[in-house]
Amino acid sequence: MRWVRRHVLTAYAVLALAYLFLPIAVVVAFSFNNPKGRFNFTWSGFTWKNWENPFAFPGIGPALRVSIELALLSSLIATVLGTLIALALVRYRFRGSATTNMLIFIPMTTPEVVMGASLLTLFVNWRIAQGFGTILIAHILFNISYVVVTVRARLVGFDRHLEEAAMDLGANEWVTFLRVTLPLIMPGILAAGLLAFALSIDDFVITYFNAGATTTFPLFVWGAARVATPPQINVIGTAIFVVAVTGMLANILFQNYRARKGAVLA
Amino acid sequence: MTVHDVRLENVTKQFAEVTAVDDMSLDVESGKFYAFLGPSGCGKTTTLRMIGGFEEPTEGTIYLGDRTVTGLPPYKRDVNTVFQSYALFPHLTVFENVAFGLRRRGVKKQLLRGQVDEMLRIVGLEGYGGRRPKQLSGGQQQRVALARALVNRPRVLLLDEPLGALDLKLRKEMQLELKRIQHEMGFTFIHVTHDQEEAMTMADRIVVMNRGRIEQLGDPAELYERPRTAFVASFLGVSNLLPGVVAGPELVRLESGQELRVAAGVLNGHTGAVSVGIRPEKVRIGGDGANRLAGQIVERAYVGVSTQYVVKTDVGQVSVYVQGAGAHVPGEQLQLSFDPESAFVVSRSEEDRP
Ligand SMILES: Nc1ncnc2c1ncn2[C@@H]1O[C@H](COP(=O)(O)OP(=O)(O)O)[C@@H](O)[C@H]1O
Ligand SMILES: [Mg+2]
Repeated sequence: MRWVRRHVLTAYAVLALAYLFLPIAVVVAFSFNNPKGRFNFTWSGFTWKNWENPFAFPGIGPALRVSIELALLSSLIATVLGTLIALALVRYRFRGSATTNMLIFIPMTTPEVVMGASLLTLFVNWRIAQGFGTILIAHILFNISYVVVTVRARLVGFDRHLEEAAMDLGANEWVTFLRVTLPLIMPGILAAGLLAFALSIDDFVITYFNAGATTTFPLFVWGAARVATPPQINVIGTAIFVVAVTGMLANILFQNYRARKGAVLA
Repeated sequence: MTVHDVRLENVTKQFAEVTAVDDMSLDVESGKFYAFLGPSGCGKTTTLRMIGGFEEPTEGTIYLGDRTVTGLPPYKRDVNTVFQSYALFPHLTVFENVAFGLRRRGVKKQLLRGQVDEMLRIVGLEGYGGRRPKQLSGGQQQRVALARALVNRPRVLLLDEPLGALDLKLRKEMQLELKRIQHEMGFTFIHVTHDQEEAMTMADRIVVMNRGRIEQLGDPAELYERPRTAFVASFLGVSNLLPGVVAGPELVRLESGQELRVAAGVLNGHTGAVSVGIRPEKVRIGGDGANRLAGQIVERAYVGVSTQYVVKTDVGQVSVYVQGAGAHVPGEQLQLSFDPESAFVVSRSEEDRP
């Protein structure tokens, strides 16, 4: 009986993980497929060819480049702005701070279709031409919310006595921020930046509304899928996945290292 | 003329509804070990934070030396604080924690290393410079916090219940250690505590606080022998307070009609309702003291160094401590006595305050 109980749980965990990872496994596997026609849907033999020529399909390289530029810029800007907002929200009681605390959730809960459509309406009304700029604005917009929420969580548990101690020891407000506050909330900021990068690079709905003639990687895949699904899509998809997972693991390992080091330092 | 390191002039601190510190004036003499003693919530921390620059007084002025510091940020005040929670920087090594203040003042590398190492030696943490605060015990963290503040050689060191988190044995050790360090370095220390024994052990001067005000200021013996209020009498050790009225220049009449003698001068300034106070260890069983009370033992507790009796008299219960193992038993009728010189007097209007 106990054997059953213990192993039911294990089996359940295995199934749940399989459910989560099967699609990813398929993507990775099919990046090594050697498809017969234009569609990469049935297995027809292993090859390295796709990985050797990841940009062999016309348009895929430029689209990826646009996506990476967007993700870097929007996550950087959103992280800076979001961190400042989080600091203001946690540290100061100002007029409207309670309202802002709630409003910040709205972009996260608004359906993407609604957000994408209303942004488009806004841009059209303001006669702003759609393209890289409008996508960037849109991505920064939805990323800020996630950054604020992530950094705020880190700040809420922050011991204010640490900042008082720094000032007590002769550090002015700015030095205190640089030497004490910033290093201590850095893990939260890094996590927020990674999250923002990931959200930006795979966004489809909002981007689709506001892209104009600009093509990001997800838009490219969508467009191409009607006429062909080259295995290069799987190659790049796999690469993005690997980079994202590596970034996340690196962040975790770095935090653990920071927490543990010291015993060996002189 | 004595030098004053800190001077509070009619300082009041109001938090919304609460008056944390109420019109407090105090001169802190240079090079002395001060203890702010009082129950939780009486305004000790708030007073310390105003001296350190973390809170601004609602009213009044604070001086460091002869300079007004009211309105100055903490980093422009020549004081350092040992925080109750230690507030060590978790991302820095012990060495860098201690070096933090020196680096802010731009002390040269070679000098800095020497000063930090010297300070770590003084607090008994030689060789711990490379550790992180998290890798240290509570007592060691406490020493780092101390070193980090002291290395800056502040005019005044503020300590907010720094021993509160330590276990009893370690606390006793650190009390003597702090006293030694203060002696060795010669700075003014202001040490906040709610533990009267700790204050008595460490301080040259005790400032007894109650409800945001200074109840009494004096050296430990003075406060113990001649408390001026019922609050001080019962906060520092145990006191028997016998209610009565002033009946002459050295005489108090108790409610039972019996009269007690007190030393000359003790009644100065007192009129009407007062209490005569006497410490339990100053009361003798039998004996020939000028003041006598008859009663019956209701409780007896042997605690090693002394035996503690509770004796019921017609002016209330009286605690009596005698050295060693006392021979008397509950139920026994006996005579108590004490000398007028051992007694003190407090006003009863103060005692009545809730
Ligand atoms: N920041 C604050 N806001 C509101 N009330 C406070 C604040 N700090 C202290 N108080 C109040 O002031 C009084 C004195 O507090 P404190 O100085 O911390 O006392 P102590 O250190 O003697 O225990 C308490 O009633 C406390 O609740
Ligand atoms: Mg306190």
